Amino acid sequence: MNINTTKIISLLFFIFSAFYLYTAFQIQVFAFDENAPFNARTFPIYLGYAGLFFSGLKLILPDPGTIWVDYKNLQYKKTLLLIIVSIIYGATILKFGYFLTTSLFLFTSYYFLGERRWTLMFFLSFPFVAVFMYFIHGVLEIYLRDPFLQAIGVMG
Amino acid sequence: MIEGIIIGLKTALSFQNILMVMIGCFFGTIIGMLPGLGPMTAIALMIPITYGFDPATGLILMAGVYYGAVFGGSTSSILLNAPGIPGTVATAFDGYPMAQQGKAGKALAIAAWSSFAGGTLSAIYLLFLAPSLSKVSLSFRSPDYFALMILGLTAIAAFSSKGQFLKAMMMVVLGLMLASVGQDSLSDITRFTFNNMNLTDGISFVLIVMSTFAMSEALTIILKKKDPTSAAKQVSLTKLGSIKINKEERRKMYRTIPRSSIMGFLIGVLPGAGATIASFLAYGMERNLVKDEEKEKFGKGSVNGLSAPETANNAACSGSFVPMLTLGIPGSGTTAVMLGALLGFGIQPGPRLYMTNPEIFWSVIISMYFGMVILLILNLPLIPYIARILAVPKNYLIPLILFFSMTGIYVMSFNNFDIYLMIGIAVIATFLRLYDFPMPPLILAFILGGLMEENLRRSLLLSNGSWEFLWDRTLTICILGTTILIVLWHIYKTLIKNKS
Repeated sequence: MNINTTKIISLLFFIFSAFYLYTAFQIQVFAFDENAPFNARTFPIYLGYAGLFFSGLKLILPDPGTIWVDYKNLQYKKTLLLIIVSIIYGATILKFGYFLTTSLFLFTSYYFLGERRWTLMFFLSFPFVAVFMYFIHGVLEIYLRDPFLQAIGVMG
Repeated sequence: MIEGIIIGLKTALSFQNILMVMIGCFFGTIIGMLPGLGPMTAIALMIPITYGFDPATGLILMAGVYYGAVFGGSTSSILLNAPGIPGTVATAFDGYPMAQQGKAGKALAIAAWSSFAGGTLSAIYLLFLAPSLSKVSLSFRSPDYFALMILGLTAIAAFSSKGQFLKAMMMVVLGLMLASVGQDSLSDITRFTFNNMNLTDGISFVLIVMSTFAMSEALTIILKKKDPTSAAKQVSLTKLGSIKINKEERRKMYRTIPRSSIMGFLIGVLPGAGATIASFLAYGMERNLVKDEEKEKFGKGSVNGLSAPETANNAACSGSFVPMLTLGIPGSGTTAVMLGALLGFGIQPGPRLYMTNPEIFWSVIISMYFGMVILLILNLPLIPYIARILAVPKNYLIPLILFFSMTGIYVMSFNNFDIYLMIGIAVIATFLRLYDFPMPPLILAFILGGLMEENLRRSLLLSNGSWEFLWDRTLTICILGTTILIVLWHIYKTLIKNKS
C-alpha cells in the first residue's frame, strides 16, 4: 500500500500542534495577569488551535495533487555525510577555533562531494578561510575567538 | 521631503554605497542566473556581512542583490529556457524562442532595456507614492495592523503555495510558533524554552532564514543530484549574436513598458504577490492589448511578449518595498528577510521611517536608479563573462554555501547550540521542501509573529477582551474583507482545478 507522505507530515504537524497547545496552557503567568484579556499564553493558545485546524483540514480533505517523491533517485549518502560533517563542525568550533575547524570542514566537504583536485581543495579551504577571517576580524572588526591560532602565536 | 531626498542622495552617492550597489548587483546577477538559488538565499547569505555596516549601506547592498537576482534570472530563461528564479518564467515564453532563432543577443538586450526601464519607472513611482502612503498609514491603528498582517500572511500563502494553500497555511502557523519561542515581550515570561538558556532570547531570525533557505537549498541540491551551475556553463558557450534593437522593435517597447511597469508596480505593492504574478499578469495583459497580427507571434519570439514580463518583474521588485518601508509589513518573502535585517539593526520600518531615518528611506530608493544603470552595464556586454565565473563546480559551490551559512550564525552568537539548531531546522526544511511545503510563508510569519502578537494584545486590551475590534473600524473591515476574498478566490480556483 502506498502511504501518502503529505498526510503523514500533516498528522505529525497535528500532533506537534497538540503538544504546542498543551505546553501553551502550561505557561506560567503572573497571578494578576491570569484573568487579563491578554497574557503571555493567549497568542500561543490561538496558534495551537490554528495549527490543529489547518493540519486537521489537510488530513481529512482529499489530496488530488499528491506529491510522490522517487526515493530511489535521492542521494542520501552524500547528504548524510555533509550533515555529519556539519555536526562535527559545530562540536569542535569552540574547542579548536574558527580557522582550523572551518578549513577542515570545507576540505572534507569538497572531498565527500567527489572533488579530488588536492591543490584547489587546499586553496579553497585554508587560505580562503584565512582571507575571510581577516575580512571578518580585521575589516569588519567582529571578534573571532580562536584557541588554535592563539596557541601557535598567530593571534593575540 | 526635499531635505530628506538631499540627505538620501548624499548617502547613496557615497563611495561605499555605490560600491555596495555594484557588489549587490553583481552578486545578485550571479545568483539569479543559477536555477534554484533565489534572491532570498543570496540576501540571507549577505545578512551577517551587512551587520558590519551602517543600516543604510546594509539595506542598499541587500536591495542590489534583490533586483540584481531578478535581472540575472532572465539570462538563463532566455538562453536555456531554465528560469533562474520564478519571476522570470514568463520571460522564457518569448525569450527562448528568440534565442533559438539566433537572436539571443537581441533578446537579452530587449530584456535588459525593459528591466532597466521597468525598474527605473517604478523607482520613480516609489519616490512619489511612498511618502503619501506613509501619511495614510499614520492613521492605522492596532486592529488595522493586525488585520493587515493577517492579509499579508494569507496572501503570501495563497500566492506562493502553487495550489497547496493548506500546506502554506501550516507553514505560516509553524513560523508564528517558532517566533513565540523565548521571552514574552511585555511580561518577560519565558515560553517554549524547556529550561534551555540558549532559547531565552528566542530563535534568531538569521538562523531561521539561513537554515530554511541557504542551508536547506544546498542540502536539496545534493539530495536531488541537481547541478545549478550547469546552466551557467552553457550560457558562456552560447553565441549571442547582435544586441542591436531596431526602430520597429523600439516602437513596440515604448508602448509595452509604461503599462507593464504600472501593472508590475501595483502587483508588487500588494502583500504576498510579487515578481512572478506580476510578470504573468503583464504577459497576459500585453497579449490582450496588442493587435491580432502581433498576438500570433506570442510564444514564438514576440518583442512585446518578452518586454512585458521583464518590465513587470523589475517594477514589482520596487513595488514590494512600499509596504515594507511605509507600513513596516513586508510584501514578499524577500522583503521580509530585509525587514528582519533592519530590525536586527534596531530600526523599526514604518510610516515614520522617512522622517526619523531619511538617510535609509531615501538612499535605498535613490540607489535603485544607480543599480539599474549598473545592471544594464553588467547585463549587456558582460553576461558571457559573468557566466564563466559561474561555472564553478557544484562540489565547491555547496560547501561554500554551507560555510557562509554556518559562519553567519557563528559570528552572531559564538555558540554551537545555534549551529546544531540550524542543522536540525535545515534537515526538517529540506524534507518539507521535497513535498512542496513553501518556505516564504514561514519566514514572513516568523518575522511578523512578534508584531502580530503585540497588535493583537493592544487591540484586545483596548476592547476589553472582545473581538469586536475586528469590525469596529471601516478600514479593518476592508482589510479583512480582502483577506476573505483571497481565501474564497483560492477555494474557487482549487474547486475548478479539481473538476477539470
